Amino acid sequence: MTSLHQKSHLHKKRVRWAWIFLAPVVLVLALVAGWPLLKTMAYGFTDASLIDPESAQFVGLDNFAFLLQDPYWWSAVWNTVVFALSSVLLETVLGLIIALALNAQFRGRGGLRAAILIPWAIPTVVSAQMWNWMFNDVFGVINHLLLDVGLIQAPIAWTASPDTALLSIILVDVWKTTPFMALLLLAGLQMLPRECYESARVDGVHPLKVFFKVTLPLLKPALTVAIIFRLLDALRVFDLVYVMSGNNRSTMSMSVYARQQLIDFGGLGFGSAAATLIFAIIALFTVVYLMAARVGREN
Amino acid sequence: MNVKRMKKIIVRIAFYLLLVVIGMYTVFPFYWAIVSSLKTGSALFEVEYWISQPYWQNYVSVFQEQPFGRNILNSLFVAVSTVALSLVLALAAAYAIGRIQFRGRMLLLFVILGVSMFPQIAVLSGMFELINSLGLYNNLLALSFSYLIFTLPFTVWVLTTFMRELPKELEEAAIVDGATPFTIVTQVFLPLMGPALVTTGLLAFIAAWNEFLFALTFTLSSEMRTVPVAIALTSGASAHELPWGNIMAASVIVTVPLIILVLVFQRRIVSGLTAGAVKG
Repeated sequence: MTSLHQKSHLHKKRVRWAWIFLAPVVLVLALVAGWPLLKTMAYGFTDASLIDPESAQFVGLDNFAFLLQDPYWWSAVWNTVVFALSSVLLETVLGLIIALALNAQFRGRGGLRAAILIPWAIPTVVSAQMWNWMFNDVFGVINHLLLDVGLIQAPIAWTASPDTALLSIILVDVWKTTPFMALLLLAGLQMLPRECYESARVDGVHPLKVFFKVTLPLLKPALTVAIIFRLLDALRVFDLVYVMSGNNRSTMSMSVYARQQLIDFGGLGFGSAAATLIFAIIALFTVVYLMAARVGREN
Repeated sequence: MNVKRMKKIIVRIAFYLLLVVIGMYTVFPFYWAIVSSLKTGSALFEVEYWISQPYWQNYVSVFQEQPFGRNILNSLFVAVSTVALSLVLALAAAYAIGRIQFRGRMLLLFVILGVSMFPQIAVLSGMFELINSLGLYNNLLALSFSYLIFTLPFTVWVLTTFMRELPKELEEAAIVDGATPFTIVTQVFLPLMGPALVTTGLLAFIAAWNEFLFALTFTLSSEMRTVPVAIALTSGASAHELPWGNIMAASVIVTVPLIILVLVFQRRIVSGLTAGAVKG
C-alpha cells in the first residue's frame, strides 16, 4: 500500500519535471511559430502595408475575394501543382530504381551510396545555380551535349523560354531530392523479410513479377511516407523557383507569389492572405492524408 | 545452357551500366561546377570536360568582389547558434516525451510534428513584424531566432525516437537512488546520447546552413547576407553577364565542407534521416 502510494507520488513528481523540461520548447515554438502564424492570418483580413503596418484597416474577406479572381494566383497554384506532382512522381520512380540497385550486392556499393548523398548535401541555392549554368542557352553543357548527339538542332533557352522553364526546375528538383527518396526506400527494402524472396526464387517466379507482387506491396508503407513528405515539401517550394527564374510569371510558385506581394509590392495584408491560403491548402492536404492513413490502418 | 549464360552476362552488363549511369547522374553536375570554377573567363565559354591548367583566380576574386568571407562567417554563426540552442532545449523535451508517461504527450508530439510541416511562407509576415518590433531587422540574431521554427521541431522529433530506444533499466537505478530527472538527463542520458546529438545536430546544421527564404527576407545589406543569399544574388556588371566563374567557385567553397561532413558521417545521417521520417 505504501509502496503504491510512493510510486504514484514519484510519478506525479516526474510528470511535474516533464512539464518543466517541456516549457522552454513550448514557449519558443509559441513565439516563433504560433504567434507569427496567427499574426499572418490576422493581417490577411486587413489592408496593411509593409511600410506602415500600424494604420491597417479591417477589410473582411476582400483580400481573399481579390486573390480568387487573380489569374496570376491561379497560374501560381497550377505551376505549384504541376511541379509537385511531376517531380514527386519522377523522384519516386528514379528513387525506387536506385534503391533496388543499391539493395543488390556488388563491389563499390558503399561508394555509390555515398555518391548519391552528394546532391542531397548540396544547398538548394547552389544546385539551382549549378544547373542554371549547365542550362545556359549559349555556353551550357546540356545544349552542347544534346547538339553533339543530334537530339536537338538548335540550342534551347531552357530556363528563359516559358515552354521549358518549369520543366528545367522540375528536373533540378528531381536531381536534388531523388537521393533522399532512394535512401528512405532503401531503408524500407532492407526491412523486408527475406523468406518471401527465397521462396519466390525457388519457385522460379519472374523477377518483375516478384517486384510487382511481393516487393511493391510490402514497400507500400515506406513509399507512402516518403511520397507524403516530399509532396508537402514540394507544395511549399520557394528557393529553387526563385533562384532559377526569379519572379517570372510562367514558373512562379505559390510561395514566390506570396512573397512578391508581401515584400516586393509591400502588400502586407494581401500577401498575408495568400500565405494563409497556402497554409490552408497544405493543412487540408495533411488532414486528408492523416484520415486516409487512419482508414487504411483500420481496414 | 549457352543461351542461359549469355543472358546472365547481358543482365550483369546492363546492371553495371545502370550503376554507372546512376553515378554519373548524381556526381556530374558537381564535377562540372568544379571544372567551371577553375576556368578563365574565356575558357568558360568553351565546353571542355577536363582542365589541364587550373585557373585559381575565381577563388580569389570571389572574396575580393563581394564580402564572401563575411558571408561564410555569418552562415556559421547563425547555423551554430540556432543548432546549439535547439539541441539543449530538445534534449530536455525529448527526455520528457520519450521517457515520462503523462497526459497530452501524444498531442504535444503531434503539434511539434505539425510545426515542422509548416510552410515557412505561412509565418513570413508575422515573423517579419516580430523581428522588426524586436529591432532585429538586418541582424543575424533575427535568423538564429527564426530558424528555430524548423530546427527545434526536427531535433525534438529525432531525439525523442532515439531516447525511446534506450533500455528502461538505465534510469531505474538512478530513480531508486532518488536522483532528480535533471540529474538523470545530465548524468545518465547526455553521455549516451552523444552520437544521436551529433547526427541530429549535423542534419539541423545543414538545414540552417541552406535556408534561403528567411535569410533573403530578413537581411538587407550584403555584409549581413548568409551564403545562400550571397550566391543567389551574385550579379555581374550587367544582368546578362553573370560572373559564372565566381559563382561556381563560391558554390564549390561552401559545398565541399558539407560533402566531407556528409561522407564522414554517412551511416549516421542515413539512420537519422530514416528515424525522422520512417518512424513518423
